[in-house]
Parts: sequence; C-alpha cells; structure tokens
Amino acid sequence: MLDKELRSMIGQVKDGRMDRRAFIKRMAAVGLTAPLANQILALGGVAMAQSPAVYKPTQRGGGGPLKLLWWQGPTLLNPHFATGTKDQDGSRLFYEPLASWDADGNLNPILAAEIPSVANGGLAADAKSVVWKIKPGVKWHDGKPLTADDFVFTWQYASDPATAAVSISTYGDITVEKVSDLSIRILFKTPTPFWANAFVGAYGCVLPKHLFADYKGSKSREAPNNLAPVGTGPYKFVEFKPGDLVRGQLNPDYHMPNRPYFDTIEMKGGGDAVSAARAVIQTGEFDFAWNMQVEDDVLLRLEKGGKGKTVYATGGDIEFIAINFTDPNTEVDGERSSMKTKHPIFSDPNVRKALSLLVDRESVKKAIYGRAGRTTANYLNGPEKFVSKNTSWEFSVEKASKMLDDAGWKVGADGIREKDGKKLKLLYQTSTNGPRQKTQAIVKQACQKAGIDVELKSVVASVFFSSDVANPDTYPKFYADIEEFQIPMTQPDPALHMRRYISANVATKENKWQGQNFPRYVNKDYDAAIAAAETETDPVKRAALYIKCNDLLWTDTVFIPVMHRLLVDASSNTLRPALSGWANRTDNIQDWYREA
Amino acid sequence: MSQYVLRRLLIAIPSLLGISAVLFFVLALAPGDPFSELATNPNVPAEVQAALRAKFGLDDPIYLRYLHWLSAMVHGDWGFSFVSRMNVDTLILQRLPTTLYVIGSAQILALLVAIPVGVYAATKPYSVFDQVANTLAFVGFSLPTFFTGILFILIFSVTLDWLPFVYSADINATGIRWLLEMIRQAIMPVAVLGLFQAASMTRFVRSAMLDVIRLDYVTTARAKGLGQAKVIVKHVMRNAMIPVVTLIALQMPAVFGGAIVTEQIFRIPGIGSLLISSILSNDTPVVMAVTFVFACLVVLFNLIADVLYGWLDPRISLR
Repeated sequence: MLDKELRSMIGQVKDGRMDRRAFIKRMAAVGLTAPLANQILALGGVAMAQSPAVYKPTQRGGGGPLKLLWWQGPTLLNPHFATGTKDQDGSRLFYEPLASWDADGNLNPILAAEIPSVANGGLAADAKSVVWKIKPGVKWHDGKPLTADDFVFTWQYASDPATAAVSISTYGDITVEKVSDLSIRILFKTPTPFWANAFVGAYGCVLPKHLFADYKGSKSREAPNNLAPVGTGPYKFVEFKPGDLVRGQLNPDYHMPNRPYFDTIEMKGGGDAVSAARAVIQTGEFDFAWNMQVEDDVLLRLEKGGKGKTVYATGGDIEFIAINFTDPNTEVDGERSSMKTKHPIFSDPNVRKALSLLVDRESVKKAIYGRAGRTTANYLNGPEKFVSKNTSWEFSVEKASKMLDDAGWKVGADGIREKDGKKLKLLYQTSTNGPRQKTQAIVKQACQKAGIDVELKSVVASVFFSSDVANPDTYPKFYADIEEFQIPMTQPDPALHMRRYISANVATKENKWQGQNFPRYVNKDYDAAIAAAETETDPVKRAALYIKCNDLLWTDTVFIPVMHRLLVDASSNTLRPALSGWANRTDNIQDWYREA
Repeated sequence: MSQYVLRRLLIAIPSLLGISAVLFFVLALAPGDPFSELATNPNVPAEVQAALRAKFGLDDPIYLRYLHWLSAMVHGDWGFSFVSRMNVDTLILQRLPTTLYVIGSAQILALLVAIPVGVYAATKPYSVFDQVANTLAFVGFSLPTFFTGILFILIFSVTLDWLPFVYSADINATGIRWLLEMIRQAIMPVAVLGLFQAASMTRFVRSAMLDVIRLDYVTTARAKGLGQAKVIVKHVMRNAMIPVVTLIALQMPAVFGGAIVTEQIFRIPGIGSLLISSILSNDTPVVMAVTFVFACLVVLFNLIADVLYGWLDPRISLR
C-alpha cells in the first residue's frame, strides 16, 4: 500500500470520517493483522484503543490473601524517593499514577478519565502541552477527594531540587497548571513528542497534598507518611517493615469496579532468587515472586510437577558488549580513556566488525538465558514500532578471521594477530555475576580461535556500577577495551535510551565521568538524528529517526548486543498477574486476580 | 569488687572508641555508594545523586563525619538510614524481637541438648554412647548452617511439605493458632542453629566434666557412699559448669547480633539479615550502628563473664 494512501486513511480515522473498525478491516484486506493496524493508527496519532484487559471477577474482594515475594524487599514507600524498582513496586500498591503501560506499551488509564489524544483535544498540535482529565469521584484512603491540586503539588514537590526526589528529571523541565478541579495541563518548554512521562508509570505516582504539603523541599525526609503511605490505590496501607514486609488490605472505596480481587496483600522481602522460585513454584507458599535471575535449567527443573510456573514479559532491556573508542592504556592529563586519544586497535572498524562476528549469541542463549532471552542485532529492541528491520547478526569464526586477514592483522608466532607492532589483545570487563562470567568465557573461546587474545576481568557490582570518582574500575571510566552489562529500558519510548550516546554526553574527567556516553562514541549523524527526533512531532518520522540511530550504532559497531532480556517472574498456576515489560511488576496490580 | 567493675568499665571506653574508629574508617574507605543504584538509571540525572550525597553529608571529609557520628551517638541518636530514610534505632528495634526469639530459642535448645549429653558422655567416657555422641558432635559442627538449612528445607518443606520455609514476623492469626504458627515456622531455623551450637557445646561440657570427675574430692564423695546421681549433679557438675557459664555469657551477644546466614536462608527479618542487606546496599549508618552495638555487647558480656566467674568460684579474686 502506498504510504500516501495510508496517511490519508489515518487522517480519516483521526477526523472521525472513517471508524477504527473499517480501517482495521481495510488493513486486513491487504494482509495486515489487527494489532499491526492498531499500531499504525497509534503511530499516526490516533488514540490507542484501550487494551481490553481481560478481568473476570464480577465483585470486589473475596479473593483471600495475595502473597508476593520480592527477594529484595522495599526499603521505603515514597515513590519519589525510590532508589530501585523494589521501592517503586512497594509504593505502587498504595499510590497511583494517571496511567500505566500495558504489555504492548500502550497507555492504560488509572486515575485519568481518558488518555489524551489529538482527537479528544488532550494533545496540542505543537506537542508543547497536554491536558489530562482526572477521573471524578476518586478518594484518598483517608476519605479526602483527589483533585488537580494534588497533581500540581506533586509536580512542585518532585521538581524542587531541595526535595532531592529521584523523579526530578521527569518533573524538572515541565510546568503543571490546574485547568479545573479535575483537569491539569502540562506545559513543555520544547515540543515533546513523548508526552506520557510525567504522572505516568513508576515516577508518575501522585502524592496527597494535604499530607505532604508541609514536607516539601529540605524537610522532605521528615514526612511521617514516607513510611505510612496514604494513596488512592486498590490496597490500603496496614504495615511496613523496611526490607522485610509490606502489608495492605482491600480498599472498599476503590475507583474501579469489581477491583481489587484480593482481600489482603503482603509483600515479603529478603532471601535469594532461587529459594523464592522454590517458594512459589515448588511449595506454593507464595503466589508470585519477582525477578527470577536464575538459570533456566534450574527453573525448568523446579517447574516439573510444581505448583507454579515462570512468566515472562518483554520489554527493551539489553545486555551488550560496549566497545571503547578511546585508548584505555594511555594517560592524558591524568585521565585514561581520554577523548584526546583514539583506540589503537578499534579505530580499525574491521576489528570491531570481526569482534561482533565472534560473539556466539545463540550459544549464550542456549547455555545461559534460555527462555529469558532473545538474540538480537539491535541495541533498541522495543516497542515494536521502533525496532529496526535493517540489521542482522551472525557468528562465524571463519568470516571474522578472513576479515582480520584482509585488514592486515596477521597471525604472529604466538598465535595472536598483530599489525604495525600492535597485538590484538583485549581487556574484557564486566560485573561479577554468574551469567556474565559464562558469557565472557564463550566470547573468549571464539576470540582465541580467531587469533585474538582476550583477558577477562570481573569487578564487584557495587564498584562497577558506582559513581565513585576515585575508583578506576567503574563502568563509566571504562579503563578496558570492551565491557559488558545491561541497560534497562524504563519506558516504552527510546528517547532517554538513545540520547545517552550523543557526543555531548561522553564520560570524561571534566564531568566526573557522569556523562552517559561511556563508549565515548562520536558521530555527527547520530547527534543530528537524535536532535531531530527530539522535536519531531510526526510519530512515523520520529520512529524512523530512532531506527536510524539504532542502525548507526550497528554499522559503527558501538555495541555488540548479547541478549535482549525478558523479565522473568514466578507465579502460582492459579494467579493471573497483569504484567508488562514496559512497567514495574505491580504497575497494574488492580487487575490481578486468581482463577481456580 | 565494685572498684573492679568500675575500672573495667573505664577501660572499655577507649577500646570502644578504638573499635568505632576502625569500623567507621574501614566502612568509609570501602568502595560503593548508597545511591549507586541510581547511577545506572538513565531517568535519574547525576545531580540528584550529588544532591543526595550532599544532603546526607557524604561529601564531608571522613574525620568530620566520624566526629559527627560520634557526638550523635553519645546523644543517643543512632543515625538515619540512607536507604530507608528512617531512624536507625527504629529499624533495629523492629528487628530485635524476631532475633531474640529465634536465636534465643536456638541457644536454649543447644543448652538442653549439650548439657545432658555432655554430662552423660563424661560419666561413661569411651562407652558406646560417648562414641556416638562424639561422632555426631563432629558431624554437627563440621556441617555449615547454610548446608543443613537447605537440606532441612528440601526434606521438610519441599519433599514432605510439613513446614513453611519463609519466616513471617507477623502472623495473621490470634490466640493459640498464632502461637502454634510461630512455633511451627521457627522449628527449622531453631533446629539448624541450635544443633550446630549444641555440637560444639557438647564437646566443651564433656571435657569440662572430665577435668573435674577425676579429682580427688570426687573420689572422696564416692567413698562417703553417695549415690552416682548425687555425686555427678552436686559435686562434679557444680564445678564443671563454671567454664560453661562463662562460655554461655560470651555467646549472649550473638543472641542480639543474629545469625546472618541462617536468617538469610529462612528469610527471618532479624538483625543479621538487616546487617547483610545494609552492607550490600552500602547503608553505612545502619552497618555502623549494628556493628557498634554488637561490639558494646561483646565488651559488656566479657565483663559479665568475668564477674560471674569470680562469683561462682570464690577462689578467684577480682582486683
């Protein structure tokens, strides 16, 4: 179908001249499935069809207790102070955002009356503002009504640097104003195509103004409700012991019909992933356990005749090997991996490409990740509309060897390739973590066959991921030739995920290595594409720009994607959890229920 | 006597200061950052992390931070947890009852096993009973708790499905059912810890008894025509138990300190699991408070053991 024709049809649906169903029918006629047709509409700025969450219970409550096991328990219950997802998960039982992300990366309204769209007047044509309508009749757990003032306050609270909220980047650059008691307008400084960030998802939880108003700014840590949340959520707070237990009970005034299903909720913390899997899958002591970072073999063994199973959710988390574009062994002005140097070996693109040919992703998947991973050539792996189809990967020692031969890297007397006196020796670092050390071994073996000598190094995670300026072993310092770790994609939009690698973001001594571009990748085309994407309001063109960025990372071999990782949880056979790879585990907790 | 106690208490002050300084500087110099989890999150700008560091005083020089901590501690302020953003003393007090219950029960179980077995084995050295008790004791303290713990879970929870292996501090029940549940869930951790302790204690009791049982006054007592039971309980045990009492007093701090490994395996929300999770998340104020309180308890119970020793055995004079 011609692009033009498609666009005019999208336009018709937008204006209401053609209805959704007719559009989907016509797409089906040319061989496109309904979900794909919906995607196209969504891309074209038509409101997403609200995903029909299958929810069967016909009355509130009666479901008994819901027992969740988080092997790292929440340590605080203010979503704007959450240091990790565990804290967000705990807070989310009680606090709610305007909307959350469903499994396909679409918005699911929670406190919003409807999802803003161009059609319903919520989205401004210039992408500089968005109006959210708040669901009427929602009450805080203490009986006070939820109004626009609470949203305006949450914005003030989170954007105040003295509060030191972790959500400051979500709220810092926007202005929130009250339109009426039940609607707010968010104003952006620049056209913002990805408008669904503030008040959506984990950082979107709204705080009650009447309880937090006195604790804004530097007094934030004294708020008694930091430890005793009062929200609008499906469960009311009962008890909290940091790191150990969060308990809640059904909220009889919850604003969604027939929800929640469970009478009480309990989130227990502590222990390790394997025994958590055991408690859910084998003994059935718990209904759901979070984040099963356990080898697939072990899970398969537990699942045999057990009381539970593993469940998967697809997001965009990517495990990769990053390549250093600067020289980690030369010190310039007291800084290694300085921008003033070029990597002696990797400045030859053939070496980077050959290395990519030497990463046996299929074996890594088979030996380590199993059902929890997908092989990929892309750095950007979701949502579907942003995934590049132009890339490919392959594992071939022969091709890699030939490529290196052709580029002039000849095998020396010791079996290691060299060129102009430079030996093909690499230092490969990662954090100490079973699967990563196994991946290192697989890569090293292939490299040896191709005449590359790889030295392996593993750094304790607390050091590797710290921002300690004095420590040489952190990942942003990158005092190695290649390094491996995972970057989670925290929202179904690539803006933040891809923005990291613009040249202004390189990690240097000057910015205390806080620049997020740790491979020190510099490419003007990439910078230009990101800049264009960030103000592009046409969703189709914007997606194309991010696909271009992904393809640039691929052609320049900045990253060698090892595995597109899925979220793995354990669930009892009867529980029906509503999970999404684009949200935290409890982001749709109101939709969980049990089926006999 | 009171002079002795006073002097010991005064000596304790510099040693506690020394301990706290070493602890503090080692922790401060250790790598890691309580807010490191934020660093990998692209949503959180570096400034937030910097602001948090400044807010919690992490950017001050180490000696200044130590002095701050020390003066606060003297005033009874145990500090403020970076990770939970609450007072450390509340956190510790929340965890203390569970630890006292589980570890305390384990100690009692250990005593209940060790004293009768040890005493009986000593009265009949190298008999079959003694050999068996000795062998079991060897096996007992050679097997680490993380092994026996997992073994117990596999047998009693997974295979037989008799006992739960996730400990819950708050059981949703009242009255007799609550009591039964509390006992049921504590059986495995108490057994694992208690039997481990009992193993080494049995050997200690046995050798203490053997030291005394060969002495002349015991022979005299027997010669007087006293029965075996009376000789053992009234004459031998009374003297043999003096070192055992000291040993028990020295183990008391552990009852408060918790058992890191066992608490982790059974998810017991005690002091030990608080300590390990705080260490892993670099929550220095909590680690400092727990280890320092533990150090204080060790010093205190050492003193108590010495005083007890003098009281039980008047031949020893304390000066």
